Amino acid sequence: MTEPLLRLSGLTKAYPGVVANKDVSFDIGRGEVHALLGENGAGKSTLVKTIYGLVKPDAGTMTLEGQPFQPAEPRAARASGIAMVFQHFSLFDAMNVAENIALGMENPPPQAEIAAKVRSVSDQYGLPLDPTRIVGELSAGERQRVEIIRCLLQDPKLLIMDEPTSVLTPQEVDILFETLRKLSAEGTAILYISHKLEEIRALCENATVLRLGEVVGDCDPRETSARDMAELMVGTVLHVPERAEKPAGEVVLSLNGLSAKAPHRFGTPLRNITVEVRTGEVLGIGGVAGNGQDELVAALSGEMKTGRDMVQFKGNGIGQTHPNARRKIGLLAAPEERMGHAAAPDMSLTENAILTAATRKELTSRGFVHWGKARGFAKEVIAKFDVRTPGPQNAARSLSGGNLQKFVIGREIMQAPEVLVVNQPTWGVDASAAAAIRQALLDLAATGTAVIVISQDLDELMEISDRFAALNEGRLSSPRPAQGLTVDEIGLMLGGAHDMEVAHDHA
Amino acid sequence: MITLEKRPQPSRLWVFATPVLAVVLTMLCGGLLFAALGQNPFETIRTIFLDPLFSEFAWFYRPQLLIKGAPLVLIAIGLSFGFRAGIWNIGAEGQYIVGAIFGAAVGLAFYPMESIIIFPLMIVAGALGGFLWAMIPGILRVRFGTNEILVSLMLVYVAEQLLASMALGVLRNPDGMGFPGSRNLAQYDSATSWINQSAGLHWGVAFAFIAVICAYVALSRHIFGFNVRLSGQSPRAARFAGVNPSRLVLICMGISGALAGLAGLFEVSGPAGQISIDFNVGYGFTAIIVAFLGRLHPVGILLAGGLMALTYIGGEIAQSNLGLPIAAIQILQGMLLFFLLAVDVLTNYRVRLGKRGIA
Repeated sequence: MTEPLLRLSGLTKAYPGVVANKDVSFDIGRGEVHALLGENGAGKSTLVKTIYGLVKPDAGTMTLEGQPFQPAEPRAARASGIAMVFQHFSLFDAMNVAENIALGMENPPPQAEIAAKVRSVSDQYGLPLDPTRIVGELSAGERQRVEIIRCLLQDPKLLIMDEPTSVLTPQEVDILFETLRKLSAEGTAILYISHKLEEIRALCENATVLRLGEVVGDCDPRETSARDMAELMVGTVLHVPERAEKPAGEVVLSLNGLSAKAPHRFGTPLRNITVEVRTGEVLGIGGVAGNGQDELVAALSGEMKTGRDMVQFKGNGIGQTHPNARRKIGLLAAPEERMGHAAAPDMSLTENAILTAATRKELTSRGFVHWGKARGFAKEVIAKFDVRTPGPQNAARSLSGGNLQKFVIGREIMQAPEVLVVNQPTWGVDASAAAAIRQALLDLAATGTAVIVISQDLDELMEISDRFAALNEGRLSSPRPAQGLTVDEIGLMLGGAHDMEVAHDHA
Repeated sequence: MITLEKRPQPSRLWVFATPVLAVVLTMLCGGLLFAALGQNPFETIRTIFLDPLFSEFAWFYRPQLLIKGAPLVLIAIGLSFGFRAGIWNIGAEGQYIVGAIFGAAVGLAFYPMESIIIFPLMIVAGALGGFLWAMIPGILRVRFGTNEILVSLMLVYVAEQLLASMALGVLRNPDGMGFPGSRNLAQYDSATSWINQSAGLHWGVAFAFIAVICAYVALSRHIFGFNVRLSGQSPRAARFAGVNPSRLVLICMGISGALAGLAGLFEVSGPAGQISIDFNVGYGFTAIIVAFLGRLHPVGILLAGGLMALTYIGGEIAQSNLGLPIAAIQILQGMLLFFLLAVDVLTNYRVRLGKRGIA
């Protein structure tokens, strides 16, 4: 490789009040898998948006295959062979997979042709996906596959991937890596953004570390320890969650044969879920996306009504109880999707505080909102959970994913729940914020709250759970003590992995 | 090259500036339109926007402003709740008609008795009429998932037929020599909504102001307003927050229907005076423009209602003094909504001129 595929020299981009990128220079070779590491706000997104033509740099140049490269818009970048899979998906819920893919094309061929292509690419790279499914019904993991396949159909020279594995199971990650290695062997360079250091060590040949907009180091991840990279990235020593030993408490929440029909066409029915959750324990629920996680959270939060005694809180059947009545007795939930479900993007953080805390924090009286009190509560959450924002008057959508997640989780924790249900608490959240969230969940459990963590990140579940159960096609395995469980045993509990193995064989 | 850049959050400045900009653009394009019709654009714009307030006959036009503005504001306030929550009641005109029929029927039933209880009863009946008419699309949507836009709109034409049959049938003035139309309620002391006719003051004006205040309090201080806004922005988050979407549809339809019904009642027992075939003049539709022109904000709606009333009266002056066709005035009102929606993009996006990437 005499000449790099893409060379960045001295890229600088400043926004009012913050320098997002400062004199960033590095090369990406043909077929190279290059990692871009950094915390939230380190400038990774701005940098890749520059490459993708979404942001125009204030200074600096890029060359692609020796030619000056300054894409005015993503279309130009795509025409030059740059493709990107975003962390937040840009898909239309109401359309099917093939239609969504056609929308991203300059001159889309007929639907049938796209569907055939999707099938062949998904077979070739082992990413199972049915082109006729409606995107609105897909899980986060499946939506990501749509984005990846959409990119692969362009035959890119450089594929940019922003936090691609946050929603995948270990098996899915392996398959994705297989895909990426195959692409790399075929000469496609990959710019891989992540903060999961073990993954980067397994996959990437080269890493550039950003901190506060500047390149603070380059390394070969295969020869650098995860800890060294993490400290380079964070600039301080990393904090590992601590757990205090505690005796098992009383049963506070029990699900008795919880069954429910799928709430929509491609939802997952819940099938006879029986489990007890005790005060002070963390129950980890693992599973591949789309196996009933959303439905389980909805059944617990009260968004989905079930048989009265299927959900019991301290012995009282609450299956038919209204969400706010459940909050009142101390059952709180934080759903997976931050934007538009756990929080309203265009509303201020103060208003988003009211969203779930109105009942329990008594932010209203006889229906009238105490704005001062609500603002105070939002400020408390912001301060306690280190949410980076100018203040509670800012819209939720102005926060980065990690910061909003800290706010959403913090909002529930600060209400001192008796049972807290969280779904994907650290999805797309950087390492230090994820550690802070996990620690907060453990601290909450230490005060006697029963915590149910639903996640696809098995490392996370192993780190914080007392007991572990797997959700597969709406069925919950019986929980087992998390301590001492091996990855293989977990893999067996997650029966959903079978499909992945089949796809793997096709690849 | 012009590019649009999404703002991290909506601009507060432009939320207030866009309606003003829309009015200015409407005046400009309206001026061009009038010029093309062979009129002096400056004189026409002055006639429409300034003469009602400042000409030598302003003493006559200013009360008209209240009379025209009150129903617009009252209906638009009701609509704004639904519009914020993503519930599209387009049929306020029908609810306005049915409210008028209900209210007038109660008043006429008591004729010629005089009692202070009659008018309050008519108010209740008017609100009830509009409410019930709005419940039809509301319940159909909640029960069967029908589209409330279509149903409410089509019910306007049903209401118009109902109005005609009432004017010709049950409610026809028995002393009216067979002419269509009911007795004149404005001349029936216990049933008239007039407080001071020469000042343009009737109970509808008072109710419009009360509605503005109540809506303002509900939207900015009450959890109901919060839930309405939340449902419009993020329906899923609203359900998570415990909002029952079906109930919200019914409440919002009910509020808009009841207020439209009230507007109809005050109109029929005051400025219009009687149930007649051509009783409705499109307030229910114009109120949609008023609601959006006022940014669905109660105070904005109050101002927008005033502005719209101004174009109505100014339009009439322009018709009689300058011979301008009524269609030209309607185009002007349409332009106002068009420009408002068009410049709305500035609230959420920032326009960048020229600067291509320096790279």
